[in-house]
Amino acid sequence: MSETLRLGWRQYRLERRMFWRNPSAAFFNFLLPLLFLFAGGAILSGSQHDLNKLLPAIAGMSVMSTTFTALAYNIVYLRERGVLKRIRGAPLPTGSYFGGVAANAVTNTALQIVLVVFAGRLFFGIGWPPEPLSLIVWVLVGVVAFAALGVAFAHAIPNFESTAAYVNAVFLPVLFLSFFVFDASNPPAFLKTIAQALPLLPLIEGLSGAMVTGSPIGKHLDGLAVLALWAAIGIFLGVRGFSWERAESR
Amino acid sequence: MSDAPAIEVRGLSKRYGDYEAVRGIDITVARGEVFGLLGPNGAGKTTTVEILEGYRARTAGSVAVLGQDPARRGLELRRRIGIVLQSGGIYPHITPREALEYWAGLYPRPRQVGEVLELAGLSEQADTRTRRLSGGQLRRLDFAIALVGDPELIFLDEPTTGFDPEARRAAWDTIRSLRDLGKTIVLTTHYLEEAQELADRVAIVKDGRILADGPPRELGAGAPHYRIAYRTPEGEAVQLDTDDPTTVLHELTGEALARGGRLDELSVARPTLEEVYLELTADE
Repeated sequence: MSETLRLGWRQYRLERRMFWRNPSAAFFNFLLPLLFLFAGGAILSGSQHDLNKLLPAIAGMSVMSTTFTALAYNIVYLRERGVLKRIRGAPLPTGSYFGGVAANAVTNTALQIVLVVFAGRLFFGIGWPPEPLSLIVWVLVGVVAFAALGVAFAHAIPNFESTAAYVNAVFLPVLFLSFFVFDASNPPAFLKTIAQALPLLPLIEGLSGAMVTGSPIGKHLDGLAVLALWAAIGIFLGVRGFSWERAESR
Repeated sequence: MSDAPAIEVRGLSKRYGDYEAVRGIDITVARGEVFGLLGPNGAGKTTTVEILEGYRARTAGSVAVLGQDPARRGLELRRRIGIVLQSGGIYPHITPREALEYWAGLYPRPRQVGEVLELAGLSEQADTRTRRLSGGQLRRLDFAIALVGDPELIFLDEPTTGFDPEARRAAWDTIRSLRDLGKTIVLTTHYLEEAQELADRVAIVKDGRILADGPPRELGAGAPHYRIAYRTPEGEAVQLDTDDPTTVLHELTGEALARGGRLDELSVARPTLEEVYLELTADE
């Protein structure tokens, strides 16, 4: 066990180093949500009500981009380049590898959430999160669900060239639909139903409660259940279909 | 070290759906031996090696690698083998030194990173990111990563494909130096010359079967062992295949001397591995 942890820690450190050395990954995973936050903040600066909506929406987007998007990209890239296959042949426990990869994603998510919280406090007139423990729980559940879904989604992407198309075909519609339903005072019922069944809106609503309105987790149990269900689906598909090699060599 | 063979394979077969990639292969590789799997593309070499490496599950047969079943993918076994894949990738933003330090840390008794960089001829590129390395340099890094754990058994899948002649010679020297260290090496190649240069024993593989197996010089037991060639006084080229060149030569030279003539361009040769290989792997 301690060996698995030690090797997982080394994998984590390698992942961190590789992450910061890759400017485009650092940009898309890190700066993009912050750019959205500040651009949105500038546009909506007249309305505290809108800013209160913007902050949890961006926090939810951050969770999704640092886990779902980043892992789908990374896994497809490493798989197609043959890096996963090489790792598979090394004396590295599978748990150490995925532990390191997951911890790397969690680090990015945590850094992002901290930045978003500070931005809310310093620039957008929103105080410190009224429900900090709830915030941690929501971020953790969101990370598990979106990370697992990202790993599972990587299986559907046939080659690295098409990764951006596949990821954005999911990321952008889910993002815009969830933002729209979250913000609209009276959204069309069918859109609301769809958005509530997807994982992002429940996460944003939970984050809103934890970061802005101070409504505890107990008031969002249905949303938590939706996220947990997505997490279970993601883990099931992620583990079952996982491939260490590109398709033509299988 | 025990006398048990490094690798023992009996009746190995592998089926993908309706396609039988490997059809009943037997292999024994002794410790310290360089064993070559030689055959055309699609013969089943890579499938066979990847079963030995633990990447693929077999359909039937028994496999022991260093006394263990590779399909179980035990950590202990993986610590004792090194793998050079046909196309293994590497993180683009890592340097050779960092990669070797990382991989060395996975093994109980790794070699020194600086020494392995030197051996692989990568000392000058040690701190260059891999995305800036040439194809040949990346291939040398593949070697280095496979060696840094100081494994007992090394798998090399088409190790010099795409190399220029000079790089190939350098890779051969590296492989020979590994053999001199007592490592067991399993090598797949479709270059005859490579098998001939490096392997103590070669198995010729085609369509998932082993067609012939033995030291490169003795291969082709079914084929005539000697080929005598000469040119008649009329200028006609003649080739004779024989198991007994002494007698044939005696008769030929006797006749020629009796005639007071000569045998122009007389030569006696053993068929090269190439001729045996081409004969065995030719499509009927």
